[in-house]
Amino acid sequence: MSQAFTKAMARNIFYGGTVFFFLLFIALTFDTMSGLPERDNRAALDGPAGEAIALGKKVWEDNNCIGCHTLLGEGAYFAPELGNVYIRFGNSTEAIAGFIKSRPKDGIPGRRSMPQFNLSDEELNAVAEFLKYSSEINTAGWPPNVKG
Amino acid sequence: MKYESQKTAKLYFIAAIGLFVGQILFGLIMGLQYVMGDFLFPEIPFNVARMVHTNLLIVWLLFGFMGATYYLVPEEAETDLVAPWLATLMFWIFLAAGAATVAAYLLVPYATLAELTMNDLLPTMGREFLEQPTITKLGIVVVVLAFLANVGLTILKGRKTVVNLVLLLGLVGLAVFFLFAFYNPINLVMDKFWWWWTVHLWVEGVWELILGAILAFILIKTTGVDREVIEKWLYIIVAMTLITGIIGTGHHYYWIGTPEYWQWWGSIFSAMEPIPFFMMTVYAFNMVNNRRREHPNKAAVLWALGTAVMAFLGAGVWGFLHTLAPVNFYTHGTQITAAHGHMAFYGAYVMIVLAMISYSMPLMRGRTAANSPRSQIVEMWSFWLMTVAMVFITLFLTGAGILQVYLQRFSDAPMDFMVVQDKIALFYWMREIAGLVFLIGLILYCVSFFVGTDDPEVAIKEIEA
Repeated sequence: MSQAFTKAMARNIFYGGTVFFFLLFIALTFDTMSGLPERDNRAALDGPAGEAIALGKKVWEDNNCIGCHTLLGEGAYFAPELGNVYIRFGNSTEAIAGFIKSRPKDGIPGRRSMPQFNLSDEELNAVAEFLKYSSEINTAGWPPNVKG
Repeated sequence: MKYESQKTAKLYFIAAIGLFVGQILFGLIMGLQYVMGDFLFPEIPFNVARMVHTNLLIVWLLFGFMGATYYLVPEEAETDLVAPWLATLMFWIFLAAGAATVAAYLLVPYATLAELTMNDLLPTMGREFLEQPTITKLGIVVVVLAFLANVGLTILKGRKTVVNLVLLLGLVGLAVFFLFAFYNPINLVMDKFWWWWTVHLWVEGVWELILGAILAFILIKTTGVDREVIEKWLYIIVAMTLITGIIGTGHHYYWIGTPEYWQWWGSIFSAMEPIPFFMMTVYAFNMVNNRRREHPNKAAVLWALGTAVMAFLGAGVWGFLHTLAPVNFYTHGTQITAAHGHMAFYGAYVMIVLAMISYSMPLMRGRTAANSPRSQIVEMWSFWLMTVAMVFITLFLTGAGILQVYLQRFSDAPMDFMVVQDKIALFYWMREIAGLVFLIGLILYCVSFFVGTDDPEVAIKEIEA
């Protein structure tokens, strides 16, 4: 690099740039937080299904579902997207619960299979409610179609 | 090696390599499960294998960063570590915690582990890359704090160089942004928003400072170029990293329920994220071309140049490929993401740790400058095997991803996820074969430590001005 561009100038760009853009990021974060109630379906968390959704998220996390599936496109890419599974399964929480419940314990020969998690009916319903809540988040039109 | 306490790094590097081998074995298991769905089912389901694969990666890279720090900081500060015993103690605690966590992943169902570790008290588990039990996460905090205190006090006591300063900033950032791993609200959008403060601000933020500092140290040592020149480059590269990368977080905020202006912020700033990587490539080659000495450790220089090139390709080019919001609308959460993830981590972080091991390990094992030419030849074979294999893993995953995007999301008659997965199996088979080549490279890498250990040295030659 040319001699006119000194180390002190590079250092100032580093500190100045970092501070400026981090502050900008914090400002955008504040704005995002104030905009979220419009989009993130938080009303459902306070509604009649709120407790089930909370339990559903716990079941989701306790069984490491993200280790195979994506949820709103984030996670592993081994099994289908679940952010819109409620819609894919015909707007039915029962269909979701029924699918999870019916997984064979020893898998399916030669094929990928979801493990049998032995969830209680309450937990099955809770996971389904959690996925219904997820499907009602405003995700700017993503995924492109119902296949996820 | 000028200071006895630098030797602390050796333990860290040995552990890093061991865990690296484990990571690759589990990668091969997962790769096979992609095409033979019932492989090891239900004993090791895919989600468990993946958790082991990704968590081992993170932990061994942390071991590598810590080892690199313990080696580099005393030499830069021109003083011994304030507490080498603490570094050794923390090593064993970290290793035990890491091994226990991975063993628990494999031995008990994840839900049982969550219950045993009382996850309900402070639920942090079950989120991608942050699957560790809360107690393990707290252990990581303790280890990192002790590490930072040790390193920070050493730097304060000694000579303050730009390399040490940038490294310390990166490490402090690593510690600070890990704290967001403890925030896990029920609100899924909030959960995801803040999760990225750990994940993105680590790998596309502060980790790049660590990468830059280690690379600068290796270049100073192996090329003999004036420190002033290298430090200027380092400043400007990490400046561009954070200027683009902080707001670049926005490329994760397109489709998770966050406001849509992030599609603009994220696209524009993350489109510039390749710039610092490109600069790093130009700079690494420039420094080596303008070298003032012939360093006999050719392997270390190869890794250093390799990391600059592969980080640019993996993080820069493959990142840009799917970072613009209109493109990402189709590629989000597909094999394209996996392709990018593999080459970016290998190029930016695996290779820089291996570069540092390559430079420092011979010195810690009592040689004056480098391993014997015989050992370096084996090591350079391992470099090419692993690097070329990773290029092909990335290309095959990219092929799989393009087809997946088309068949599942883009065509007029979109197909089900699992139907598409069957159709693209050929690419997964090819990826698995490339993975086996990677493993052969890794085995050769391990072998290289035991080749020609008693052979004579080639001395460093200074080039006359």
